Amino acid sequence: MSAPFAGSLLVGQTGDPLLFSVDAVAVGIVILKVLVIFALLLVATMFMVWFERKLISDMQNRIGPNLAGPFGILQTLADGIKFFFKEDVIPDKSQRKVFILAPYLAFVPAFLLFAVVPFGGDFNGGNDGMVTIFGRDTYLQLADPPIGVLFILAMSSLAVYGAMLAGWSSGSKYPLLGSVRASAQMVSYEAALGLSAAAVVLVTGTLSTHSMVTSQAGDGPWGVLPNWGILLTLGVPFVIFVIAGTAELNRPPFDLVEAEQELVGGFHTEYSSIRFALFFLAEFMNTITMSAIFVTLFLGGPSGPAFFGPGWMWGVIWFLAKVFIFLFMFVWFRATLPRMRYDQLMDLGWKVLIPLALGWFLVLASLEVADARQWNRWVVGAIAAVVLVGGAALLRKSVRSGAALRAEEVLD
Amino acid sequence: MGYLRGFAVTFRQIFQRPVTTPYLIGKGPKAPKPERLHGRHVLNRYEDGMEKCIGCELCAGVCPARCIYVRGADNPPTDPVSPGERYGYVYEINYLRCIHCDLCVEACPTEAITETKLFEFSFTSRADAIYTKDELLVDEAGMPKHLPWEDWRPGEEEFTSGWVRATAPAGDASYEGRVGWSGELGFGVRAPEGDQESRDASGSAGRAS
Repeated sequence: MSAPFAGSLLVGQTGDPLLFSVDAVAVGIVILKVLVIFALLLVATMFMVWFERKLISDMQNRIGPNLAGPFGILQTLADGIKFFFKEDVIPDKSQRKVFILAPYLAFVPAFLLFAVVPFGGDFNGGNDGMVTIFGRDTYLQLADPPIGVLFILAMSSLAVYGAMLAGWSSGSKYPLLGSVRASAQMVSYEAALGLSAAAVVLVTGTLSTHSMVTSQAGDGPWGVLPNWGILLTLGVPFVIFVIAGTAELNRPPFDLVEAEQELVGGFHTEYSSIRFALFFLAEFMNTITMSAIFVTLFLGGPSGPAFFGPGWMWGVIWFLAKVFIFLFMFVWFRATLPRMRYDQLMDLGWKVLIPLALGWFLVLASLEVADARQWNRWVVGAIAAVVLVGGAALLRKSVRSGAALRAEEVLD
Repeated sequence: MGYLRGFAVTFRQIFQRPVTTPYLIGKGPKAPKPERLHGRHVLNRYEDGMEKCIGCELCAGVCPARCIYVRGADNPPTDPVSPGERYGYVYEINYLRCIHCDLCVEACPTEAITETKLFEFSFTSRADAIYTKDELLVDEAGMPKHLPWEDWRPGEEEFTSGWVRATAPAGDASYEGRVGWSGELGFGVRAPEGDQESRDASGSAGRAS
């Protein structure tokens, strides 16, 4: 099994054409891309923190940061500098090594996640998103592993360790409670996240993020709509992915992990100075990368019409515009929705999102089979929908009777 | 879709004017302050220059932030500091802890401690943050001392916070509106406020700003 996989990676039949033959120029271009992504991601995080504070104050009839720089845009920079000069406290009761390691476990996956996101390139007219840097053809994305989506899921689950170990190693009760919540919540919602991502994998037929964008760049249903994952999967996996992604990020309304009213700061209560800043940075960076993943999986990534000038530039513009929608959405969620109760959170995850994601995945799979066998799509779809509704009714019934049984036990 | 109405509510707010007013920074005049604003404290004197504080430590006892430290001492018979038996020998307020709740002002039996409306005092060291008795005590004219890190503007000393105590001298609702205080900050006796009902009736209870 491993031979063809390793072979394709070494010979370079798929993936970034830059790496078909590795030489000094290729390494230089990769390093350049790493630096550019690193810098841009940091700047974008800075912007995101400012944007969130500013937008949420608009939504709450406040002014928000307005002193550091024009419109307070340098506020994050000022805060970051302040963090560096704060006293760094490591509690006596903490597990020292783990306590120091935990912020990096939260921070590094946030960066790595962005490596597989295509963020530019011309996808019009079969261009395949290729750009030429220093005479070499390459993609505007750091890495295009054949398992891109799995890498995304792996990195986002790795981030659980940051929250979990931070809370556990603090040697304090509120962080521990926060980290227990974090691990339970993130593990539960990972399933729904993975199943709805699998729906996109199913319809695009690839695990590589670049091929996913390429396949979404063509003409979609009826020739007028874009061929985006959100339409091909009929919307539902997108909604599930957004909800599960918000939960995965521990953002409101799923921010029980750091519920200020109950847990002080949650898992990072005991952290101070630059270690806290790393958590803070990771949180906002994850918001950006998760938005980028929404865009890659469901909204066609950087694909979009080019009007004038170089095509790759329009790829970047479309990508940023689409990501911005989701950044706005996250802030809007935070301004609007109150925090969920913990049992509601678990109910939503296990009893609604996971069954729905699984059921929808099966519907999409049956449609794929119908296409392959040249059966009538509509008949198959109708049968699948009936099965889905029937399954949902059964599930509902079983959940209800289970709850009734529990209630009886409590009464006895 | 009642779930989505909340989103419309928050979205509409973007286009409305913010309620918050930006604080004036730099050379311009300060923003007008609400009547009941609590600023930094002063320790008052009587008209003859005697200190009002009798060192009873009630303010320290009532302080929820535990920011007041008082030690009383017996008045020297030849040269008494306060008219009573004892006086405040040490009086310190830690402004890194003070929450400006004014409970000390309400607890004080002699109206020795009151508050000004000054809150523009940004000290840069912990030692400066702890105001000693010398710094808190008003001068001979009954005016608060101006410390180097405080931003006093002309005429500002006359703004005091007396309003909380004008509502209920003993915390008893039937006393609401009967004014119990006399001269704050050593300015002599003030005209008492009318009670709340009559002020509500005449409609003059509006904010100063």
